[in-house]
Amino acid sequence: MQITITLNGKKVSADVAPDALLIDFVRSHGCYSVKRGCETSNCGLCTVFLDEKPVLSCSVLAARADGHRVTTLEGLQEEAAEFGGFIADQGAEQCGFCNPGFIMNALALFRENPYPSEEEIKEYLAGNLCRCSGYEGQLRGIQAFLAWKKSKEAAE
Amino acid sequence: MMTIREYKRAESLEEAWQLNQKKNNRVLGGMIWLKMEKLNVGTAIDLSGLGLDTVEETDEGFSIGAMVTLRQLELHEGLAAYTGGAVRESVRHIVGVQLRNLATVGGSIYSRFGFSDVLTMFLALNASVELYKGGIVPLAEYAARPYDRDILVRVLVPKEAASFCYQSVRNSQTDFPVLTCAAAKTAEGYRFVIGARPGKAMLFALKPNGAETPELTADRFAAEVRAQIKTESNLRGSAEYRNHLAGVLVKRAVRRLEA
Repeated sequence: MQITITLNGKKVSADVAPDALLIDFVRSHGCYSVKRGCETSNCGLCTVFLDEKPVLSCSVLAARADGHRVTTLEGLQEEAAEFGGFIADQGAEQCGFCNPGFIMNALALFRENPYPSEEEIKEYLAGNLCRCSGYEGQLRGIQAFLAWKKSKEAAE
Repeated sequence: MMTIREYKRAESLEEAWQLNQKKNNRVLGGMIWLKMEKLNVGTAIDLSGLGLDTVEETDEGFSIGAMVTLRQLELHEGLAAYTGGAVRESVRHIVGVQLRNLATVGGSIYSRFGFSDVLTMFLALNASVELYKGGIVPLAEYAARPYDRDILVRVLVPKEAASFCYQSVRNSQTDFPVLTCAAAKTAEGYRFVIGARPGKAMLFALKPNGAETPELTADRFAAEVRAQIKTESNLRGSAEYRNHLAGVLVKRAVRRLEA
């Protein structure tokens, strides 16, 4: 079936199978940041924005996304690099496989709630699994990023 | 894995219902569970074009479209105000925001899973379901029915003079619950719903007796629920542990609702 999705701001039309999943659609269009970590709708690695909401692209039919906007990390390079630097500064991750999904959901959190508390951070990111770390480095990285953002905004 | 031969965004409920009469066709909810089943679907029926993705609130109650996501329930201010945050509490531990942006109320209620936080909560809210052909059916009755081929259109929650409390016990955050407990305090007494026994949620209606202190009421309700409830063992907990938890959660609910 023919579908058209606005992927990272560009209209993409393709012929897809009725059971094609959004994760495979975006990967076949060059968005390799989107990873398959579990296939049981649990790990958060395949997070993309469908319209403006973070969703698990492994659980969405490409057909269902027809006519909608899909954003992956490839479409948020500047924002992702700015925030990702703070995670790297903490040496938070080892293998980095979970990083794109984690960054996507963290950016979704900051859009909904620009200055979340520690509890709010943990609650919002609970669906992003990392099997190398204990999440402490990521938490420190987020807090360092928020402190930097606050001081930058205060200076402006 | 699930395969789909055809995908159809239904243009009316009648069309969805017609398609759903065929045995190998399936209505899609959030597709969280469905896609993990070993299933060859003929036509996947998508209700997402039918405007069933809103929560409408009136003085009498809430009308919740089948395609409303668990995340919408979590963030709905009217539901939060009416239930004292119980609805938010019932869904916020389910996996993650990304999953709750997909999982639908209709999918959860239709599936009637034993572990369902959503079923536990809505039973305590005295909800009904609106079926396309079957009309309005109390959720307690619907939950006991076998799966059929009607279309679940909406979930209806009446506004009662009641207060609510939701609790769950999980071995770790975002896991399935070991036990769920929703409580409602109404003019007639208490409703307790205990789910993840691990079987389907059970409803208990109990009345306080005027002479009792709240603490004695809590103890008596806990003992009555523990005596009536059927629990079983699985890898998350034993039947005995669940029975014990049921008593603890009932007591905590009464303390909170009497405070």
